Amino acid sequence: MSAVTDTLHETRDRRPETAGFDVNEVRKDFPILSRTVHGKKLVYLDNAATSQKPRAVINAMSGYYEGENSNIHRGVHFLSGLATEGHDHARAVVQKFVNAADAREIVFTRGTTEGINLVAQTYGRANVGAGDEVLITAMEHHSNIVPWQILCEEKGARLQVAPINDRGELLLDEFETLLSPRTKIVAVAHVSNALGTINPISAIVEMAHRRNIPVLVDGAQAVPHLRVDVQALDCDFYTFSSHKMYGPMGIGVLYGKAALLEAMPPYQGGGDMISSVTFKKTTYNKLPYKFEAGTPDVAGVIGLGAAIEYMNRLGIARIEAHEHELLAYATKTISGIPGVRIIGTAKEKTGALSFVMDDVHPHDIGTILDQQGIAVRTGHHCAQPVMERFGIPATARASFAVYNTKEEIDALAAGIEKVREVFA
Amino acid sequence: MADLRELYQEVILEHSKTPRNFKQPAAVNRSAEGYNPLCGDHFTVYLDMEGDAIRDIGFKGSGCAISKASASMMTQIVKGKSKQEASALFEKFHKLVTGTDGKESDLGKLAVFSGVSEFPTRVKCATLAWHTLQAALAGQHDAVSTE
Repeated sequence: MSAVTDTLHETRDRRPETAGFDVNEVRKDFPILSRTVHGKKLVYLDNAATSQKPRAVINAMSGYYEGENSNIHRGVHFLSGLATEGHDHARAVVQKFVNAADAREIVFTRGTTEGINLVAQTYGRANVGAGDEVLITAMEHHSNIVPWQILCEEKGARLQVAPINDRGELLLDEFETLLSPRTKIVAVAHVSNALGTINPISAIVEMAHRRNIPVLVDGAQAVPHLRVDVQALDCDFYTFSSHKMYGPMGIGVLYGKAALLEAMPPYQGGGDMISSVTFKKTTYNKLPYKFEAGTPDVAGVIGLGAAIEYMNRLGIARIEAHEHELLAYATKTISGIPGVRIIGTAKEKTGALSFVMDDVHPHDIGTILDQQGIAVRTGHHCAQPVMERFGIPATARASFAVYNTKEEIDALAAGIEKVREVFA
Repeated sequence: MADLRELYQEVILEHSKTPRNFKQPAAVNRSAEGYNPLCGDHFTVYLDMEGDAIRDIGFKGSGCAISKASASMMTQIVKGKSKQEASALFEKFHKLVTGTDGKESDLGKLAVFSGVSEFPTRVKCATLAWHTLQAALAGQHDAVSTE
Protein backbone atom coordinates (compact mmCIF):
# COMPACT_ATOMS: atom_id res chain seq x y z
CA MET A 1 0.00 0.00 0.00
CA SER A 2 1.20 3.48 -0.86
CA ALA A 3 2.43 6.08 1.61
CA VAL A 4 -0.62 8.23 0.93
CA THR A 5 -3.12 5.53 1.89
CA ASP A 6 -1.00 4.48 4.86
CA THR A 7 -1.22 7.97 6.27
CA LEU A 8 -4.94 8.05 5.65
CA HIS A 9 -5.48 4.74 7.38
CA GLU A 10 -3.45 5.89 10.34
CA THR A 11 -5.45 9.04 10.85
CA ARG A 12 -8.74 7.21 10.48
CA ASP A 13 -8.73 5.96 14.04
CA ARG A 14 -6.10 6.31 16.65
CA ARG A 15 -7.48 4.06 19.36
CA PRO A 16 -5.15 1.11 19.95
CA GLU A 17 -6.67 -2.30 19.26
CA THR A 18 -6.04 -3.34 22.83
CA ALA A 19 -8.23 -0.59 24.32
CA GLY A 20 -11.06 -1.81 26.53
CA PHE A 21 -14.72 -1.37 25.66
CA ASP A 22 -16.12 1.87 26.99
CA VAL A 23 -19.46 2.76 25.45
CA ASN A 24 -18.98 6.45 26.18
CA GLU A 25 -15.71 6.39 24.26
CA VAL A 26 -17.43 4.52 21.42
CA ARG A 27 -20.16 7.19 21.29
CA LYS A 28 -17.52 9.84 20.63
CA ASP A 29 -16.69 8.06 17.38
CA PHE A 30 -20.17 8.85 16.00
CA PRO A 31 -20.58 12.58 15.29
CA ILE A 32 -24.36 12.42 14.85
CA LEU A 33 -24.92 11.11 18.39
CA SER A 34 -24.12 14.52 19.86
CA ARG A 35 -26.99 16.25 18.06
CA THR A 36 -30.36 17.07 19.53
CA VAL A 37 -33.85 16.33 18.18
CA HIS A 38 -36.78 18.60 19.15
CA GLY A 39 -34.45 20.15 21.72
CA LYS A 40 -33.80 16.75 23.36
CA LYS A 41 -30.73 14.57 23.33
CA LEU A 42 -30.96 12.13 20.42
CA VAL A 43 -31.69 8.56 21.51
CA TYR A 44 -31.19 6.59 18.32
CA LEU A 45 -32.89 3.19 18.54
CA ASP A 46 -33.60 2.58 14.86
CA ASN A 47 -30.42 0.70 14.06
CA ALA A 48 -32.13 -2.20 12.29
CA ALA A 49 -33.26 0.35 9.68
CA THR A 50 -29.80 1.84 9.42
CA SER A 51 -26.94 2.35 11.84
CA GLN A 52 -25.07 5.61 12.34
CA LYS A 53 -21.59 6.03 10.87
CA PRO A 54 -18.36 6.47 12.82
CA ARG A 55 -15.91 9.20 11.92
CA ALA A 56 -13.51 6.49 10.66
CA VAL A 57 -16.00 5.64 7.87
CA ILE A 58 -16.84 9.25 7.04
CA ASN A 59 -13.12 10.13 6.89
CA ALA A 60 -12.24 7.11 4.78
CA MET A 61 -14.84 8.15 2.21
CA SER A 62 -14.01 11.84 2.15
CA GLY A 63 -10.31 10.90 2.16
CA TYR A 64 -10.92 8.83 -0.94
CA TYR A 65 -12.72 11.65 -2.72
CA GLU A 66 -10.20 14.26 -1.59
CA GLY A 67 -7.03 12.37 -2.30
CA GLU A 68 -7.57 9.21 -4.35
CA ASN A 69 -10.66 9.54 -6.56
CA SER A 70 -10.25 7.80 -9.88
CA ASN A 71 -11.81 4.95 -11.80
CA ILE A 72 -10.57 1.47 -11.01
CA HIS A 73 -9.18 -1.26 -13.30
CA ARG A 74 -8.78 1.31 -16.06
CA GLY A 75 -5.80 3.55 -16.30
CA VAL A 76 -2.11 3.13 -15.93
CA HIS A 77 -1.99 6.40 -14.02
CA PHE A 78 -1.12 6.74 -10.35
CA LEU A 79 -4.57 7.61 -8.98
CA SER A 80 -6.26 4.75 -10.81
CA GLY A 81 -3.79 2.41 -9.19
CA LEU A 82 -4.50 3.90 -5.79
CA ALA A 83 -8.27 3.60 -6.17
CA THR A 84 -7.93 0.01 -7.41
CA GLU A 85 -5.74 -0.81 -4.43
CA GLY A 86 -8.24 0.70 -1.98
CA HIS A 87 -11.10 -1.21 -3.62
CA ASP A 88 -9.19 -4.52 -3.60
CA HIS A 89 -8.09 -4.00 -0.03
CA ALA A 90 -11.71 -3.59 1.08
CA ARG A 91 -12.65 -6.84 -0.67
CA ALA A 92 -9.94 -8.64 1.25
CA VAL A 93 -11.21 -7.07 4.48
CA VAL A 94 -14.74 -8.34 3.74
CA GLN A 95 -13.45 -11.79 2.84
CA LYS A 96 -11.62 -12.09 6.14
CA PHE A 97 -14.56 -10.64 8.08
CA VAL A 98 -16.98 -13.38 6.96
CA ASN A 99 -14.19 -15.95 6.56
CA ALA A 100 -14.79 -16.67 2.88
CA ALA A 101 -12.28 -19.11 1.37
CA ASP A 102 -11.40 -16.75 -1.47
CA ALA A 103 -11.76 -13.04 -2.30
CA ARG A 104 -13.28 -14.12 -5.63
CA GLU A 105 -16.35 -15.21 -3.66
CA ILE A 106 -17.07 -11.64 -2.50
CA VAL A 107 -19.31 -9.77 -4.95
CA PHE A 108 -20.11 -6.12 -4.25
CA THR A 109 -23.77 -5.17 -4.70
CA ARG A 110 -25.95 -2.21 -3.79
CA GLY A 111 -27.21 -4.03 -0.72
CA THR A 112 -28.87 -7.18 0.59
CA THR A 113 -31.87 -6.71 -1.69
CA GLU A 114 -29.71 -6.64 -4.79
CA GLY A 115 -27.80 -9.70 -3.58
CA ILE A 116 -31.03 -11.70 -3.32
CA ASN A 117 -32.29 -10.45 -6.68
CA LEU A 118 -28.96 -11.35 -8.24
CA VAL A 119 -29.21 -14.95 -7.07
CA ALA A 120 -32.91 -15.22 -8.01
CA GLN A 121 -32.26 -13.85 -11.48
CA THR A 122 -29.11 -15.86 -12.24
CA TYR A 123 -28.97 -19.07 -10.23
CA GLY A 124 -32.76 -19.07 -9.93
CA ARG A 125 -33.56 -18.55 -13.60
CA ALA A 126 -31.01 -21.17 -14.61
CA ASN A 127 -32.12 -23.82 -12.12
CA VAL A 128 -35.78 -23.30 -11.18
CA GLY A 129 -38.34 -24.59 -13.66
CA ALA A 130 -42.07 -25.22 -13.97
CA GLY A 131 -43.42 -27.16 -11.00
CA ASP A 132 -40.28 -26.58 -8.92
CA GLU A 133 -40.31 -25.03 -5.49
CA VAL A 134 -38.49 -22.27 -3.63
CA LEU A 135 -38.62 -22.55 0.17
CA ILE A 136 -38.57 -19.50 2.44
CA THR A 137 -39.85 -18.90 6.00
CA ALA A 138 -42.77 -16.96 7.45
CA MET A 139 -40.45 -14.39 9.03
CA GLU A 140 -38.80 -13.06 5.88
CA HIS A 141 -38.40 -9.40 4.99
CA HIS A 142 -40.19 -8.44 1.75
CA SER A 143 -36.79 -8.43 0.03
CA ASN A 144 -36.50 -12.18 0.63
CA ILE A 145 -40.05 -12.83 -0.58
CA VAL A 146 -40.71 -10.71 -3.63
CA PRO A 147 -37.61 -11.64 -5.74
CA TRP A 148 -38.65 -15.29 -5.36
CA GLN A 149 -42.27 -14.52 -6.21
CA ILE A 150 -41.11 -12.80 -9.40
CA LEU A 151 -38.99 -15.85 -10.26
CA CYS A 152 -41.78 -18.31 -9.44
CA GLU A 153 -44.28 -16.38 -11.52
CA GLU A 154 -41.95 -16.31 -14.49
CA LYS A 155 -41.11 -20.01 -14.25
CA GLY A 156 -44.42 -21.44 -13.08
CA ALA A 157 -42.73 -22.54 -9.86
CA ARG A 158 -44.21 -22.52 -6.35
CA LEU A 159 -43.14 -20.48 -3.32
CA GLN A 160 -43.32 -22.57 -0.16
CA VAL A 161 -43.31 -20.97 3.28
CA ALA A 162 -42.11 -22.71 6.44
CA PRO A 163 -44.20 -21.65 9.46
CA ILE A 164 -43.12 -20.08 12.77
CA ASN A 165 -44.50 -20.49 16.28
CA ASP A 166 -46.02 -17.85 18.59
CA ARG A 167 -42.59 -16.91 19.92
CA GLY A 168 -41.43 -16.19 16.39
CA GLU A 169 -39.23 -19.25 16.03
CA LEU A 170 -38.96 -21.32 12.87
CA LEU A 171 -40.62 -24.74 13.17
CA LEU A 172 -37.69 -26.86 12.04
CA ASP A 173 -39.65 -30.10 11.67
CA GLU A 174 -42.19 -28.38 9.43
CA PHE A 175 -39.34 -26.79 7.54
CA GLU A 176 -37.80 -30.18 6.88
CA THR A 177 -41.11 -31.64 5.70
CA LEU A 178 -41.35 -28.85 3.14
CA LEU A 179 -37.98 -29.79 1.60
CA SER A 180 -39.13 -31.84 -1.37
CA PRO A 181 -37.45 -33.30 -4.46
CA ARG A 182 -38.85 -30.24 -6.26
CA THR A 183 -37.16 -27.72 -3.93
CA LYS A 184 -34.45 -25.99 -5.93
CA ILE A 185 -33.30 -23.39 -3.42
CA VAL A 186 -33.87 -22.36 0.22
CA ALA A 187 -33.76 -18.66 1.17
CA VAL A 188 -33.84 -17.73 4.84
CA ALA A 189 -33.05 -14.79 7.11
CA HIS A 190 -30.18 -15.30 9.55
CA VAL A 191 -31.89 -12.82 11.91
CA SER A 192 -35.48 -11.57 11.55
CA ASN A 193 -35.67 -7.79 11.19
CA ALA A 194 -39.14 -7.57 12.73
CA LEU A 195 -38.77 -10.11 15.55
CA GLY A 196 -35.04 -10.32 16.25
CA THR A 197 -35.13 -14.13 16.05
CA ILE A 198 -31.81 -15.83 15.24
CA ASN A 199 -32.44 -18.77 12.91
CA PRO A 200 -30.50 -22.04 13.30
CA ILE A 201 -28.68 -21.64 10.00
CA SER A 202 -26.34 -24.60 10.44
CA ALA A 203 -29.26 -26.97 11.03
CA ILE A 204 -31.16 -25.52 8.06
CA VAL A 205 -28.13 -25.86 5.78
CA GLU A 206 -27.50 -29.40 6.94
CA MET A 207 -31.10 -30.43 6.20
CA ALA A 208 -31.04 -28.80 2.78
CA HIS A 209 -27.62 -30.12 1.80
CA ARG A 210 -28.63 -33.67 2.67
CA ARG A 211 -31.00 -33.24 -0.29
CA ASN A 212 -28.48 -31.30 -2.41
CA ILE A 213 -30.45 -28.08 -2.14
CA PRO A 214 -28.43 -24.84 -1.94
CA VAL A 215 -29.20 -22.25 0.77
CA LEU A 216 -29.16 -18.47 0.52
CA VAL A 217 -28.93 -16.60 3.82
CA ASP A 218 -30.18 -13.02 4.18
CA GLY A 219 -27.66 -11.74 6.69
CA ALA A 220 -28.67 -8.05 6.76
CA GLN A 221 -29.65 -8.15 10.44
CA ALA A 222 -27.02 -10.65 11.54
CA VAL A 223 -23.68 -9.27 10.35
CA PRO A 224 -23.90 -6.11 12.48
CA HIS A 225 -24.42 -8.16 15.65
CA LEU A 226 -22.88 -11.62 15.32
CA ARG A 227 -19.64 -13.24 14.23
CA VAL A 228 -20.49 -14.72 10.83
CA ASP A 229 -18.32 -17.48 9.36
CA VAL A 230 -19.68 -18.52 5.97
CA GLN A 231 -17.47 -21.61 5.83
CA ALA A 232 -18.60 -22.80 9.24
CA LEU A 233 -22.25 -22.16 8.30
CA ASP A 234 -21.56 -23.91 4.98
CA CYS A 235 -24.30 -21.82 3.31
CA ASP A 236 -24.06 -21.38 -0.45
CA PHE A 237 -24.93 -17.68 -0.61
CA TYR A 238 -24.81 -15.07 2.14
CA THR A 239 -25.82 -11.49 1.52
CA PHE A 240 -25.71 -8.32 3.64
CA SER A 241 -25.75 -4.52 3.59
CA SER A 242 -23.05 -2.08 4.59
CA HIS A 243 -25.35 0.60 5.99
CA LYS A 244 -26.69 -1.55 8.82
CA MET A 245 -23.14 -2.25 10.04
CA TYR A 246 -21.77 1.30 10.40
CA GLY A 247 -20.85 1.60 6.71
CA PRO A 248 -22.30 3.79 3.97
CA MET A 249 -25.64 3.29 2.22
CA GLY A 250 -25.82 1.92 -1.30
CA ILE A 251 -23.25 -0.83 -0.93
CA GLY A 252 -23.55 -4.47 0.07
CA VAL A 253 -22.02 -7.89 -0.33
CA LEU A 254 -23.04 -11.16 -1.86
CA TYR A 255 -20.90 -14.09 -0.82
CA GLY A 256 -21.25 -17.16 -3.01
CA LYS A 257 -19.34 -20.41 -3.17
CA ALA A 258 -16.93 -20.11 -6.10
CA ALA A 259 -18.15 -23.26 -7.86
CA LEU A 260 -21.74 -21.96 -7.88
CA LEU A 261 -20.77 -18.45 -8.96
CA GLU A 262 -18.63 -19.90 -11.76
CA ALA A 263 -21.56 -21.90 -13.12
CA MET A 264 -24.06 -19.04 -12.89
CA PRO A 265 -24.86 -16.77 -15.84
CA PRO A 266 -24.01 -13.08 -15.34
CA TYR A 267 -26.55 -10.68 -13.78
CA GLN A 268 -26.04 -7.42 -15.67
CA GLY A 269 -23.97 -6.81 -18.77
CA GLY A 270 -21.56 -3.94 -19.20
CA GLY A 271 -18.04 -2.77 -18.57
CA ASP A 272 -15.78 -4.54 -16.06
CA MET A 273 -17.75 -7.82 -16.28
CA ILE A 274 -16.18 -8.82 -19.60
CA SER A 275 -12.75 -9.93 -20.67
CA SER A 276 -13.30 -9.39 -24.38
CA VAL A 277 -16.13 -8.11 -26.54
CA THR A 278 -16.78 -8.45 -30.26
CA PHE A 279 -20.17 -8.21 -31.97
CA LYS A 280 -19.99 -11.95 -32.52
CA LYS A 281 -18.97 -13.09 -29.07
CA THR A 282 -18.31 -11.74 -25.61
CA THR A 283 -16.21 -13.55 -23.03
CA TYR A 284 -17.17 -12.82 -19.46
CA ASN A 285 -14.64 -11.76 -16.88
CA LYS A 286 -13.53 -14.03 -14.06
CA LEU A 287 -15.01 -13.91 -10.56
CA PRO A 288 -16.07 -11.70 -8.92
CA TYR A 289 -16.02 -9.16 -11.78
CA LYS A 290 -18.48 -11.22 -13.83
CA PHE A 291 -21.16 -9.97 -11.42
CA GLU A 292 -19.94 -6.39 -11.12
CA ALA A 293 -20.93 -4.65 -14.35
CA GLY A 294 -20.20 -0.94 -14.60
CA THR A 295 -18.16 1.47 -12.52
CA PRO A 296 -18.56 0.44 -8.90
CA ASP A 297 -19.21 2.65 -5.90
CA VAL A 298 -15.53 2.81 -4.97
CA ALA A 299 -16.03 5.24 -2.08
CA GLY A 300 -18.83 3.02 -0.78
CA VAL A 301 -16.62 -0.07 -0.91
CA ILE A 302 -13.81 1.78 0.87
CA GLY A 303 -16.33 3.01 3.45
CA LEU A 304 -17.55 -0.56 4.02
CA GLY A 305 -13.96 -1.71 4.47
CA ALA A 306 -13.41 1.07 7.01
CA ALA A 307 -16.62 0.07 8.84
CA ILE A 308 -15.42 -3.52 9.16
CA GLU A 309 -11.99 -2.39 10.32
CA TYR A 310 -13.76 -0.22 12.90
CA MET A 311 -15.85 -3.20 14.10
CA ASN A 312 -12.72 -5.35 14.22
CA ARG A 313 -10.98 -2.76 16.39
CA LEU A 314 -13.91 -2.76 18.82
CA GLY A 315 -13.97 -6.56 18.63
CA ILE A 316 -17.00 -8.53 17.41
CA ALA A 317 -17.12 -10.50 20.65
CA ARG A 318 -17.28 -7.30 22.68
CA ILE A 319 -19.97 -5.84 20.38
CA GLU A 320 -21.98 -9.06 20.77
CA ALA A 321 -21.65 -9.05 24.55
CA HIS A 322 -22.63 -5.39 24.90
CA GLU A 323 -25.66 -5.74 22.63
CA HIS A 324 -26.73 -8.95 24.34
CA GLU A 325 -26.77 -7.12 27.64
CA LEU A 326 -28.71 -4.21 26.14
CA LEU A 327 -31.37 -6.49 24.65
CA ALA A 328 -31.78 -8.39 27.91
CA TYR A 329 -32.07 -5.15 29.86
CA ALA A 330 -34.52 -3.65 27.35
CA THR A 331 -36.66 -6.81 27.30
CA LYS A 332 -36.89 -6.80 31.09
CA THR A 333 -37.53 -3.06 31.35
CA ILE A 334 -40.04 -2.68 28.52
CA SER A 335 -42.00 -5.88 29.16
CA GLY A 336 -42.51 -4.70 32.75
CA ILE A 337 -44.53 -1.68 31.63
CA PRO A 338 -48.29 -2.32 32.00
CA GLY A 339 -50.15 -2.64 28.70
CA VAL A 340 -46.99 -3.41 26.71
CA ARG A 341 -46.59 -6.70 24.86
CA ILE A 342 -43.34 -7.88 23.25
CA ILE A 343 -43.73 -9.37 19.76
CA GLY A 344 -41.02 -11.93 19.12
CA THR A 345 -39.93 -13.82 22.20
CA ALA A 346 -37.62 -16.41 20.66
CA LYS A 347 -34.98 -17.97 22.90
CA GLU A 348 -32.25 -16.87 20.50
CA LYS A 349 -32.55 -13.21 19.67
CA THR A 350 -30.41 -10.24 18.78
CA GLY A 351 -30.67 -6.60 17.85
CA ALA A 352 -34.37 -5.77 17.90
CA LEU A 353 -37.24 -5.47 20.34
CA SER A 354 -40.68 -5.18 18.74
CA PHE A 355 -43.63 -4.26 20.93
CA VAL A 356 -47.26 -3.18 20.87
CA MET A 357 -49.35 -1.33 23.43
CA ASP A 358 -52.99 -1.84 24.41
CA ASP A 359 -55.21 0.67 22.61
CA VAL A 360 -52.31 2.72 21.22
CA HIS A 361 -51.31 2.40 17.59
CA PRO A 362 -47.53 2.10 16.99
CA HIS A 363 -47.62 5.21 14.82
CA ASP A 364 -48.79 7.26 17.80
CA ILE A 365 -46.12 5.65 19.99
CA GLY A 366 -43.53 6.68 17.37
CA THR A 367 -44.65 10.31 17.29
CA ILE A 368 -44.73 10.69 21.07
CA LEU A 369 -41.29 9.08 21.46
CA ASP A 370 -39.94 11.26 18.66
CA GLN A 371 -41.01 14.38 20.54
CA GLN A 372 -38.69 13.20 23.30
CA GLY A 373 -35.79 12.74 20.90
CA ILE A 374 -36.20 8.95 20.74
CA ALA A 375 -36.03 7.41 17.27
CA VAL A 376 -37.75 4.03 16.86
CA ARG A 377 -39.27 2.40 13.81
CA THR A 378 -43.03 1.97 13.66
CA GLY A 379 -44.93 0.07 11.02
CA HIS A 380 -44.83 -3.38 9.46
CA HIS A 381 -41.03 -3.32 8.99
CA CYS A 382 -41.33 -4.59 5.40
CA ALA A 383 -42.58 -7.85 6.86
CA GLN A 384 -46.35 -7.73 6.38
CA PRO A 385 -46.73 -11.53 6.55
CA VAL A 386 -45.09 -11.46 10.00
CA MET A 387 -47.59 -8.83 11.18
CA GLU A 388 -50.41 -10.96 9.79
CA ARG A 389 -49.03 -14.02 11.59
CA PHE A 390 -49.28 -12.17 14.90
CA GLY A 391 -52.64 -10.56 14.02
CA ILE A 392 -51.39 -6.99 14.38
CA PRO A 393 -51.20 -4.15 11.84
CA ALA A 394 -47.80 -2.92 12.98
CA THR A 395 -45.34 -2.77 15.86
CA ALA A 396 -42.99 -0.25 17.40
CA ARG A 397 -39.42 -1.52 17.23
CA ALA A 398 -36.41 -0.43 19.23
CA SER A 399 -33.20 -1.79 17.73
CA PHE A 400 -29.73 -1.56 19.15
CA ALA A 401 -26.16 -0.87 18.13
CA VAL A 402 -22.81 -0.87 19.86
CA TYR A 403 -23.16 2.78 20.93
CA ASN A 404 -26.48 2.40 22.75
CA THR A 405 -26.60 2.56 26.55
CA LYS A 406 -28.81 1.37 29.39
CA GLU A 407 -29.61 5.05 30.08
CA GLU A 408 -31.11 5.23 26.60
CA ILE A 409 -33.29 2.23 27.35
CA ASP A 410 -34.41 3.97 30.54
CA ALA A 411 -35.25 6.99 28.37
CA LEU A 412 -37.29 4.69 26.10
CA ALA A 413 -39.15 3.32 29.12
CA ALA A 414 -39.88 6.86 30.34
CA GLY A 415 -41.03 7.71 26.81
CA ILE A 416 -43.45 4.78 26.81
CA GLU A 417 -44.80 5.98 30.17
CA LYS A 418 -45.42 9.33 28.47
CA VAL A 419 -47.38 7.53 25.74
CA ARG A 420 -49.52 5.92 28.44
CA GLU A 421 -50.06 9.32 30.00
CA VAL A 422 -51.19 10.94 26.73
CA PHE A 423 -53.57 8.07 26.01
CA ALA A 424 -54.74 7.57 29.60
CA MET B 1 -44.81 18.61 25.65
CA ALA B 2 -47.08 21.48 24.57
CA ASP B 3 -46.67 20.33 20.97
CA LEU B 4 -47.94 16.85 21.74
CA ARG B 5 -51.08 18.19 23.37
CA GLU B 6 -51.65 20.29 20.26
CA LEU B 7 -51.65 17.10 18.22
CA TYR B 8 -53.39 14.78 20.65
CA GLN B 9 -56.24 17.05 21.68
CA GLU B 10 -58.85 15.59 24.01
CA VAL B 11 -61.47 15.58 21.26
CA ILE B 12 -59.13 13.62 18.98
CA LEU B 13 -58.29 11.06 21.68
CA GLU B 14 -61.96 10.69 22.53
CA HIS B 15 -62.97 10.08 18.90
CA SER B 16 -60.13 7.59 18.43
CA LYS B 17 -61.31 5.60 21.44
CA THR B 18 -65.01 5.71 20.54
CA PRO B 19 -65.24 6.44 16.85
CA ARG B 20 -68.63 7.57 15.51
CA ASN B 21 -70.31 5.90 12.53
CA PHE B 22 -67.83 3.05 12.94
CA LYS B 23 -69.97 0.58 11.02
CA GLN B 24 -71.28 -0.31 7.63
CA PRO B 25 -74.63 1.51 7.15
CA ALA B 26 -77.69 -0.63 6.41
CA ALA B 27 -77.87 0.59 2.83
CA VAL B 28 -74.64 1.17 0.92
CA ASN B 29 -74.39 2.11 -2.73
CA ARG B 30 -70.77 3.26 -2.84
CA SER B 31 -67.63 2.39 -0.94
CA ALA B 32 -63.88 2.70 -1.23
CA GLU B 33 -60.83 1.34 0.51
CA GLY B 34 -57.85 3.38 1.55
CA TYR B 35 -54.55 2.36 3.07
CA ASN B 36 -51.22 3.74 4.07
CA PRO B 37 -48.65 1.08 3.19
CA LEU B 38 -46.01 2.72 5.39
CA CYS B 39 -47.84 2.33 8.68
CA GLY B 40 -50.54 -0.20 7.86
CA ASP B 41 -53.53 2.12 8.39
CA HIS B 42 -56.44 0.65 6.52
CA PHE B 43 -60.02 1.95 6.24
CA THR B 44 -63.12 1.36 4.18
CA VAL B 45 -65.58 4.24 3.78
CA TYR B 46 -69.20 3.32 3.02
CA LEU B 47 -71.73 5.69 1.49
CA ASP B 48 -75.46 5.68 1.07
CA MET B 49 -75.97 8.32 -1.63
CA GLU B 50 -79.20 9.86 -2.68
CA GLY B 51 -78.31 11.60 -5.92
CA ASP B 52 -75.44 13.88 -5.02
CA ALA B 53 -76.29 13.93 -1.32
CA ILE B 54 -74.62 11.82 1.36
CA ARG B 55 -77.62 10.30 3.11
CA ASP B 56 -75.55 8.05 5.35
CA ILE B 57 -71.88 7.31 5.87
CA GLY B 58 -69.86 4.85 7.91
CA PHE B 59 -66.34 3.50 8.09
CA LYS B 60 -64.47 0.43 9.29
CA GLY B 61 -60.84 -0.54 9.62
CA SER B 62 -57.82 0.10 11.78
CA GLY B 63 -55.31 2.85 12.16
CA CYS B 64 -53.60 5.28 14.50
CA ALA B 65 -55.42 7.73 16.74
CA ILE B 66 -55.10 10.58 14.24
CA SER B 67 -56.42 8.62 11.27
CA LYS B 68 -59.27 7.07 13.23
CA ALA B 69 -60.37 10.33 14.86
CA SER B 70 -60.17 12.10 11.53
CA ALA B 71 -62.34 9.43 9.90
CA SER B 72 -64.83 9.58 12.76
CA MET B 73 -65.20 13.37 12.69
CA MET B 74 -65.29 13.41 8.90
CA THR B 75 -68.30 11.09 8.87
CA GLN B 76 -70.09 13.38 11.32
CA ILE B 77 -69.47 16.54 9.36
CA VAL B 78 -70.21 15.29 5.84
CA LYS B 79 -73.39 13.40 6.66
CA GLY B 80 -76.25 15.18 4.90
CA LYS B 81 -73.88 17.26 2.76
CA SER B 82 -73.61 17.19 -1.02
CA LYS B 83 -70.71 15.71 -2.90
CA GLN B 84 -69.51 19.23 -3.80
CA GLU B 85 -69.76 20.46 -0.21
CA ALA B 86 -67.77 17.45 1.00
CA SER B 87 -65.06 18.08 -1.58
CA ALA B 88 -64.86 21.74 -0.63
CA LEU B 89 -64.51 20.74 3.04
CA PHE B 90 -61.69 18.36 2.20
CA GLU B 91 -59.88 21.13 0.38
CA LYS B 92 -60.10 23.37 3.44
CA PHE B 93 -59.17 20.52 5.77
CA HIS B 94 -56.14 19.69 3.65
CA LYS B 95 -54.97 23.29 3.86
CA LEU B 96 -55.47 23.23 7.61
CA VAL B 97 -53.40 20.08 8.26
CA THR B 98 -50.65 21.05 5.84
CA GLY B 99 -50.44 24.53 7.35
CA THR B 100 -50.99 26.24 4.00
CA ASP B 101 -53.96 28.25 5.23
CA GLY B 102 -54.01 30.03 8.58
CA LYS B 103 -57.79 30.26 8.75
CA GLU B 104 -59.71 27.66 10.67
CA SER B 105 -63.07 29.16 9.79
CA ASP B 106 -65.85 27.04 8.30
CA LEU B 107 -64.29 23.85 9.57
CA GLY B 108 -66.09 23.83 12.90
CA LYS B 109 -64.95 20.97 15.12
CA LEU B 110 -62.38 19.89 12.54
CA ALA B 111 -60.24 22.84 13.63
CA VAL B 112 -58.84 20.52 16.37
CA PHE B 113 -56.64 19.00 13.65
CA SER B 114 -54.67 22.22 13.17
CA GLY B 115 -51.89 20.74 15.35
CA VAL B 116 -51.18 18.15 12.65
CA SER B 117 -49.46 20.83 10.55
CA GLU B 118 -46.59 20.78 13.07
CA PHE B 119 -46.13 17.04 12.41
CA PRO B 120 -45.54 16.65 8.67
CA THR B 121 -45.18 12.86 8.95
CA ARG B 122 -48.75 12.66 10.27
CA VAL B 123 -50.52 14.61 7.52
CA LYS B 124 -51.20 11.36 5.65
CA CYS B 125 -52.85 9.92 8.76
CA ALA B 126 -55.22 12.88 9.02
CA THR B 127 -56.15 12.84 5.34
CA LEU B 128 -56.43 9.09 4.69
CA ALA B 129 -60.19 8.89 5.36
CA TRP B 130 -60.82 12.01 3.30
CA HIS B 131 -58.93 10.63 0.31
CA THR B 132 -60.92 7.44 0.68
CA LEU B 133 -64.17 9.41 0.82
CA GLN B 134 -63.19 11.23 -2.38
CA ALA B 135 -62.56 7.88 -4.08
CA ALA B 136 -65.93 6.55 -2.91
CA LEU B 137 -67.69 9.69 -4.15
CA ALA B 138 -65.95 9.35 -7.50
CA GLY B 139 -67.00 5.71 -7.73
CA GLN B 140 -63.36 4.64 -7.92
CA HIS B 141 -62.79 0.93 -7.56
CA ASP B 142 -59.04 0.62 -6.94
CA ALA B 143 -57.93 1.01 -3.34
CA VAL B 144 -56.53 4.43 -2.49
CA SER B 145 -52.96 4.50 -1.31
CA THR B 146 -51.17 7.37 0.41
CA GLU B 147 -47.98 6.44 -1.40
